[in-house]
Amino acid sequence: MNSIVDLLEKNALMPRDEMAKLLNMPRAELDAAIARLEADGVILGYQAVVNHEKWETDKVVAIIEVKITPERDGGFDRIASRIARFDEVQGCYLVSGGYDLLIILEAPNLRAAAAFVAEKLSTIEAVQATATHFRLKTYKENGTFHLFDPASERLAVSP
Amino acid sequence: MSIRIAEHIRDIPRSGIRDFFEIVQTMDDVVSLGIGEPDFATPWHIREAAVYALEKGRTGYTSNLGLPRLRRSISDYVSRNFGIRYEPLSEVLVSVGVSEAIDLALRALLDPGDEVVYHEPCYVSYAPSIAMARGVAKAVRTHAADGFSLRAEALAGAVTPRTRAVMLNFPTNPTGATMEPAELEKIARVCVEKDLVVLSDEIYSELTFDGGKHTSIASFPGMQERTVFLHGLSKAFAMTGWRIGFACAPAELIEAMMKIHQYSILCAPIMGQDAAVEALERGADSVAKMRDEYELRRNFIVSSLNEMGLPCRSPRGSFYVFPEISGTGLSSRDFSMRLLQEKRVAVVPGTAFGPGGEGHVRCSFATALDQIKTAMLRMEEFVRGLK
Repeated sequence: MNSIVDLLEKNALMPRDEMAKLLNMPRAELDAAIARLEADGVILGYQAVVNHEKWETDKVVAIIEVKITPERDGGFDRIASRIARFDEVQGCYLVSGGYDLLIILEAPNLRAAAAFVAEKLSTIEAVQATATHFRLKTYKENGTFHLFDPASERLAVSP
Repeated sequence: MSIRIAEHIRDIPRSGIRDFFEIVQTMDDVVSLGIGEPDFATPWHIREAAVYALEKGRTGYTSNLGLPRLRRSISDYVSRNFGIRYEPLSEVLVSVGVSEAIDLALRALLDPGDEVVYHEPCYVSYAPSIAMARGVAKAVRTHAADGFSLRAEALAGAVTPRTRAVMLNFPTNPTGATMEPAELEKIARVCVEKDLVVLSDEIYSELTFDGGKHTSIASFPGMQERTVFLHGLSKAFAMTGWRIGFACAPAELIEAMMKIHQYSILCAPIMGQDAAVEALERGADSVAKMRDEYELRRNFIVSSLNEMGLPCRSPRGSFYVFPEISGTGLSSRDFSMRLLQEKRVAVVPGTAFGPGGEGHVRCSFATALDQIKTAMLRMEEFVRGLK
């Protein structure tokens, strides 16, 4: 079934009139439903998907694996929120497997990224080890293709 | 020397869609709502499975009836989705698209002069296929007031002692008509009483909307033994170019159809068959995603057409709408032709699907939303200009 959230996730800029028509829903009802989703914190914000091959090309993105010693009271949560508060950290996830936290780091350049890992992240007491992987190329992000067009071809006319 | 063409072929008219689109092809900047084909490419996991099969060197013939693995997948799929159980090795035949399966069934069933009743407006191939099998096509009109679904008494009224079979297509191309299970059951009873074979083309059966679920006529008592369940992967799985369809029917009929298929086609291409296994076994999510997208577009196109003053029922199946254009004072053909010439929007005149389609045009919403939006704006201008 289609939902307002699905449509907003695909294109948050879709005109509301159009969305109402697609969902076969009165415009006022749609506006109210979106306002409710925003108020309830289901929708936290709206962002652009940027191709960094074309914009701020020096920007560095890294994926960092972090091993942590959990705390007796706070588990992973307190350390994770401490790390997540840094502006450079764009994503922070607790994961299963060989390490505990997966961090997506964005920095203006390589030096800044290295400084963050060496001076901020590694120096947190509970952090046992880190492994940093720098992004080299983006093929697909947020469901959007960056490097190639996956569209199909079809005849203008069907037989 | 002039070559004499066999009479029963010579008398068959060319497809009305084809005639119309030969004009479309000569024009630029046309937005086409005339295409009865998904605008999606085949889902990647299906394409990827076909690539893998090619890499392994699977490029040969298959059994005439189709890969046993695919026939098992088909049997499971039909049982899971429609509640009808077919024996995979004797009651399933894999064809080159569902069109071939229709042709096989008609040729296996009909003696010259046997009558086949079908409902109209309908897909362009039915009457010609019946004629090519030397049968006599008998159309039963369906009406806008009934949402173009078939009434059992109308069917019963068209049956004569020479009637051998009935062809059904729900959801219907071009009208988007669907059948209420209660009325379908009445039709089933007529078929049992009059001892008719049913050829049921259920190619749009996954594409139903508003939470409705498709019911196959083969699932009613006494029907499986007299029904040829016809289906394929083109529409729901966006696999038109792979040309994979199938027929499920009693073993003796499948055996007869197999003889024609064996001597004329041999087997459906193995690449398509390998892809079809992946589609049927793991394609449900892809189908659901495309179906959801079609439903959004349907809502958009239906409300746009009604807003511009072309009454349009919201279809509960297929990817076509069949708005009424008689209020403009134009015939279907004139409406379509002028819309094309003046506003560069291609729709198909309702009469391409039989005389009962007069007063309507067919618009496909298997078209990207941006295209639909442009088409609706242009159509609205066109209709306003007529007033």
